[in-house]
Amino acid sequence: MSTLVKDTHHDHDHKPTGLKRWFFSTNHKDIGTLYLIFALTMFFVGGAMAMIIRAELFQPGLQFVDPQFYNSMVTIHALVMIFGAVMPAGVGLANWMIPLMIGAPDMALPRMNNMSFWILPFAFALLLSTIFMQGGGPAGGWTMYPPLVLQTGDAFPFLIFAVHFLGISSIMGAINIIATVFNMRAPGMSLMQMPLFVWTWVITSFLLIASLPVLAGAVTMLLTDKYFGTSFFSAAGGGDPVLFQHIFWFFGHPEVYILALPAFGIVSSIIPTFSRKPLFGYASMVYATASIAILSFFVWAHHMFTVGLPIKGELFFMYATMLIAVPTGVKVFNWMATMWRGSMTFETPMLFAIAFVILFTIGGFSGLMLGITPVDFQYHDTYFVVAHFHYVLLTGAVFALMGAVYYWLPKWTGHMYDERLGKIHFWLSTIAANVLFFPQHFLGLAGMPRRIPDYNIQFADFNMISSIGGFAYGLTQLLFIYIVIKCALGGKKAKAVSWEGARGLEWTVPSPAPFHTFETPPKIRKEMLENG
Amino acid sequence: MASQDLYYVPDGSKWPIIATLALFTSFLGGAVWFNGGDIGKFILFIGLAAVAYMFHGWFKDVIKESLAGKYSKQVDVSFRMGMGWFILSEVMFFAAFFGALYYAREFSIPWLSGEGNGGHNGTHEFLWPAFQAAWPMNVMPDPSRYTQYTNVIPAFGVPALNTTLLLLSGVTVTLAHWALQKNNRKQLCSWLAATVLLGLVFLGFQVYEYVHAHQALDLTLKGGIYGSTFYMLTGFHGFHVSMGALMLAIILYRSIKGHFSKKDHFAFEAVAWYWHFVDVVWLGLFIFVYWI
Repeated sequence: MSTLVKDTHHDHDHKPTGLKRWFFSTNHKDIGTLYLIFALTMFFVGGAMAMIIRAELFQPGLQFVDPQFYNSMVTIHALVMIFGAVMPAGVGLANWMIPLMIGAPDMALPRMNNMSFWILPFAFALLLSTIFMQGGGPAGGWTMYPPLVLQTGDAFPFLIFAVHFLGISSIMGAINIIATVFNMRAPGMSLMQMPLFVWTWVITSFLLIASLPVLAGAVTMLLTDKYFGTSFFSAAGGGDPVLFQHIFWFFGHPEVYILALPAFGIVSSIIPTFSRKPLFGYASMVYATASIAILSFFVWAHHMFTVGLPIKGELFFMYATMLIAVPTGVKVFNWMATMWRGSMTFETPMLFAIAFVILFTIGGFSGLMLGITPVDFQYHDTYFVVAHFHYVLLTGAVFALMGAVYYWLPKWTGHMYDERLGKIHFWLSTIAANVLFFPQHFLGLAGMPRRIPDYNIQFADFNMISSIGGFAYGLTQLLFIYIVIKCALGGKKAKAVSWEGARGLEWTVPSPAPFHTFETPPKIRKEMLENG
Repeated sequence: MASQDLYYVPDGSKWPIIATLALFTSFLGGAVWFNGGDIGKFILFIGLAAVAYMFHGWFKDVIKESLAGKYSKQVDVSFRMGMGWFILSEVMFFAAFFGALYYAREFSIPWLSGEGNGGHNGTHEFLWPAFQAAWPMNVMPDPSRYTQYTNVIPAFGVPALNTTLLLLSGVTVTLAHWALQKNNRKQLCSWLAATVLLGLVFLGFQVYEYVHAHQALDLTLKGGIYGSTFYMLTGFHGFHVSMGALMLAIILYRSIKGHFSKKDHFAFEAVAWYWHFVDVVWLGLFIFVYWI
């Protein structure tokens, strides 16, 4: 490693062609694009399953599918949306934007980056093939609780290995992001000058590295319990099914923030741009994000309040859960303070970001309600929980991701998207998502359990409203595809600085961003920084 | 932070997609096999062979590029960070199993024996009232479903010997590193060879212990929570020692070929870190699985 050799390969804008470009890629932009296209595809696969669920729930009684298939739809919908749509979309954005935001030529470990992506379609081939197997797909819920999940048919080992495979992909992706941020920043860019999106992704990567191996361990124990006679989760042999829940949620709660933190980062980029003010309280945002991440490892049992924990455990996990509201409150305050007296305009990314702040906060509040042990005994495993996590994940994470796509599409494609259609997409999505999920709060409070294909007639009206919202939301997303394709193919030329108030290194390169950027480190000036 | 004028970005490579296909084949074969399809074993074998081929090819390319002087200091740092965080992910994988061991001993076994909840414990009262807490838990709550063992492996026998061997191998790998830093290739190779040898002897004892536990003590994976945690923890550790010994052997081969210089030997260090990591995990095993 003595001499520095510049590979002739990277001169100018030479691109590999054909299949090689995509299968052998070491280019963060191409890999980011692959991730984003994959995520969008899986968003529709998981969405189709949601449509089946909502069609079945349109009326009481069994209409379209048998209960086993319904439960497998619920299970796979969750796995597809979490591991196939939201996480890959976040990693896709990280791939595209982090090197551009910190002035790096690429990710630190570009070949491993390629492998992280290509694992995804193969892992989902393993998972989705189970739908056609003897005994159907896994139907015990995405949380895979034993002993129920051990009754899964031929799908079982495929489910376990798909989880292992996805874990490998995510861990490699996380290692890559950490190495990129800590090793590849342009000279002169200190940690506390990085855009918040970069910060949230570093912290998310720590969560991934610390939590996904634990999930791998948990599902390995499921595998040996089923096939090798171990008794980790069998009380008959001295184990405990509740042990699985502890290990699973030790992964599962950080996972929630793995989905949410990148969304926080996105919103922290969009709101200052369209408020034409720097982000309020940058340092407190960084510390709040880190606090949320650390706390996320000490709250897992709030998912298990009704399982029969000792009272001390219930209290500890309740208070620890309440604590998370503090740093989250700091973030919401800072976003609002950023908008305060800003010269605000309401382009589509900003609309999604503002909707995120409002609707994610609603989801946060219902989360607080669920975090209070005594009342959780009423809400636990009801539609109130379903409403809660769809507010934080759909109107939260997914809205932020859609906002990010609108925000950076001009940088990716070199064209402005159709603003009128974007706004229509936003308003239809927001109205439909609320019609879809708001009534589910009432259903849950009235006692409707989740993961059930049929229900008491008293729940009929709200379910019908919810289903109508669901179909509307699903249809609206076709518009999103149309807008993205239209923008990729043409439209008004985008300037390098595509938004009037946009700051940050990613806006110093032309639109569309050339195949190779920052082959030599940029000279950082304060006014180029997002938070300068 | 970067201080160079130029960055290094590697060319496209076929290895990542080959690695993906190899892993996919292995998982597919394993799943088919678990479902009772004998062809699964064959698919799994092909997959694992492809994994080995991939590692060989991928690392060969990286070594070639490194020897050609293509890598900068910055690339070296990226590799170091990659290895370090990978080891942390491994630590967390073991943590799940140590957590299961802790939970079984602190919670599930006492509760099954009727402790907690003011003495009103339904599982104990109605299901298995005869069950009494013990560690090693030799009598299962439901003995009909699991095999009873006569004894467990005592800590101060083969395991203590194995502890000595692994700790010693941690010393020899450090001596090898010192030799490398003094550019003394002969010493480097001898100490590395000693490390590999110690690793192999450790594995030999481990195999002996497993055979003894199976045949003489009837201790198997089906031996309730003790058998489960014992074999899964020592088994995964043994697998990691095997991988570590293989990696050390490759480093020994590369040392003999003279790939490493005084300043430039990240591969050696990565493997040494990994070796120390399996060493530390073993200490945890010795204390929590064998001893207390």
